[in-house]
Amino acid sequence: MAKNNNLWQEFSKGLFKENPIFYIVLGLCPTLAITTSLENALGMSGAVIFVLTFSNVVISSIRKIVPDKIRIPCFIVVIASFVTITELLMQGYFPILVKHLGIFLPLIVVNCIIMGRAEAFAKNHKVIPSLLDGLGMGVGFSLAIILIAGMREFLGTGKILGRIVFRCFSPSLIFVLPPGALLTLGLLIALFNRIKKR
Amino acid sequence: MKNNLLVSFWPHIQMKDSITKIMWIVFLSLIPAGIAGVYFFGLHSLVLIFVSIVTAVFTEALIQLIRKKKITIYDGSAALTGLLLAYNLPPAVPFWIPIVGSFFAIAIAKQTFGGLGRNIFNPALSARVFLLLSWPTYMTAFVNPFGSADTISSATPLSTLKEGGRTLSDIGLTYMDLFLGRRAGCIGEVAIFLLLLGALVLLILKIITLHTPLSFIFMLAIFSWIFDKHGLFKGDVLFSIMSGGVILGAFFMATDYVTSPLTKKGKIVFGIGCGLITFIIRRFAGYPEGVSFSILIMNAFVPLIDRIFKPSVYGKK
Repeated sequence: MAKNNNLWQEFSKGLFKENPIFYIVLGLCPTLAITTSLENALGMSGAVIFVLTFSNVVISSIRKIVPDKIRIPCFIVVIASFVTITELLMQGYFPILVKHLGIFLPLIVVNCIIMGRAEAFAKNHKVIPSLLDGLGMGVGFSLAIILIAGMREFLGTGKILGRIVFRCFSPSLIFVLPPGALLTLGLLIALFNRIKKR
Repeated sequence: MKNNLLVSFWPHIQMKDSITKIMWIVFLSLIPAGIAGVYFFGLHSLVLIFVSIVTAVFTEALIQLIRKKKITIYDGSAALTGLLLAYNLPPAVPFWIPIVGSFFAIAIAKQTFGGLGRNIFNPALSARVFLLLSWPTYMTAFVNPFGSADTISSATPLSTLKEGGRTLSDIGLTYMDLFLGRRAGCIGEVAIFLLLLGALVLLILKIITLHTPLSFIFMLAIFSWIFDKHGLFKGDVLFSIMSGGVILGAFFMATDYVTSPLTKKGKIVFGIGCGLITFIIRRFAGYPEGVSFSILIMNAFVPLIDRIFKPSVYGKK
C-alpha cells in the first residue's frame, strides 16, 4: 500500500506541486514560442509526453552500464532517437502541424525538462518510478502549455481551436505576438505561486 | 503627506513638496492641452479622457484593496497616468480602449511591480504600446481636426511623410498649424503651444528640469536634419520636433520621476538615448512615430545609467 502511494506521488508531483513550467520554470523555449494556438500546444504536448516517458524509461534501464563521465552524451543519444521517431511519425500523420511547430519539434532534444528529468531522476531511480515521473512531468508540462495556449489563442484571435467563440469580441492581437507570451506566462506563474502559498 | 520616498543617493535634502502636490500640479499643467484636444476633435475625446482617468483610479483602488495595502488614490498618480494615457490615444478610438488601457497601465505596468515608485516602465506609455500592438487598426485611425469622428479618417503628418510626401506644404499644413495643433494626431499631443506653456509652469516650479527634454529634442533634431531620406543635411528640423508626440513625450513622459535617472548627467544620457531611438524608429522602422517606444526602451536602461553616474562621496577623491 505504501509503495503504491509512493508511485502515485512520483506521477502526481509533476502535475501541480513540481509543475515544470509554473514552479520549476524549465522548458520555456517551446512554452513561449509555440503557444500561439491550442492546436500547436496539443501537438507539442503529445510529442513531449512520448519523448519524456520513453527516454526516462530507457535511461533508467541503462543507468548502471553508462559510465558517469560520458552520461550526458549517452542521454542525448537516447533522447534524440525518440525525438527522431516522434518527428518522422508526426511528419507522416500530421504534416501541417509539423509545419506550424517548425524548428521547435526537433528542438525537443535540448528541452530542459527532458534533460533535467534524466539527470535529476531517471539516472538514479528504478524503471517504474522513472516511467511514472516522466509521464507526470510530461502531463504537467502539457497542462501548462495547453492553459497558456488556450488563453493566448482566445485573447489574441477570439477563437478556440480555430472556432470563433464570441462574435462581439475584438481580439487583442498582442497575445499571439511574443510579448503576449511573456505577459501570459508571467501572470500565470504569479497566480500559481499565490495559490501554492495558501 | 508623509510619503517622502528616499530613492536617490545621499546626502539628502528634503523638500516640502509631497508626491500629492507634484502629481496634481503636473495634472493641472496638462489640462489646457487636453481642452485644446477636445476643441479640435470633439466631445468624444472628452469622454475618452474621463473614462481613462476613472478606470485608472478605480483600478488602483481595486488592486490596493486586493493587495491589502493602503489606498492611495488621492495622491493623483493614478489619475495622472489615466490622463496621460488618454492624451496618447487617437481621438476616434472606441470608449473601451481607454478602459482596457488604463487597467493595463495600473494593474500590470504599475502594481505588479509594487506600485508607485517601483515600476520600471512608464505605465501610461506601456499601456499605449500594449494597445498599439493589440488593436493596431483602432490605434492608427486618426481624424482631422473639426472632422466628424465617423466619416473622415486621416493620416498623421508623420505617416504621410513616411509614405512618400516630401514637404510640409504637400500635406497642406504650415508650421503655425503644427504649433497650434491643427493637425491629425493623438488627443493630447497636438496642441504644442499649450503643452509648452504647461511645461514652462513645471520648469518655473522646478518640478521638472530641462536636461532630459532638451537633450531629447536636440538629438532628434540634429539627426533628423543630417540623415534625411532625401539626402544629407536636408531634413526639416522644425517639423521633426513639432510632429508626433515629441513635445508631450519629452516634457511630460521622459521626465517621470519614477522611470527616469536621478542625476543631471544621467538625465542627459537618458534624453540623448530617447532622441536617437526616436529618430531610428521614425527613419528606418515600420512605425511612423517612435517616441513611446524610445522612452520605454530607455526606461529599461535607467538602473544602469544611475549606477554609472553615481555622484562621488563628498570628501573622497
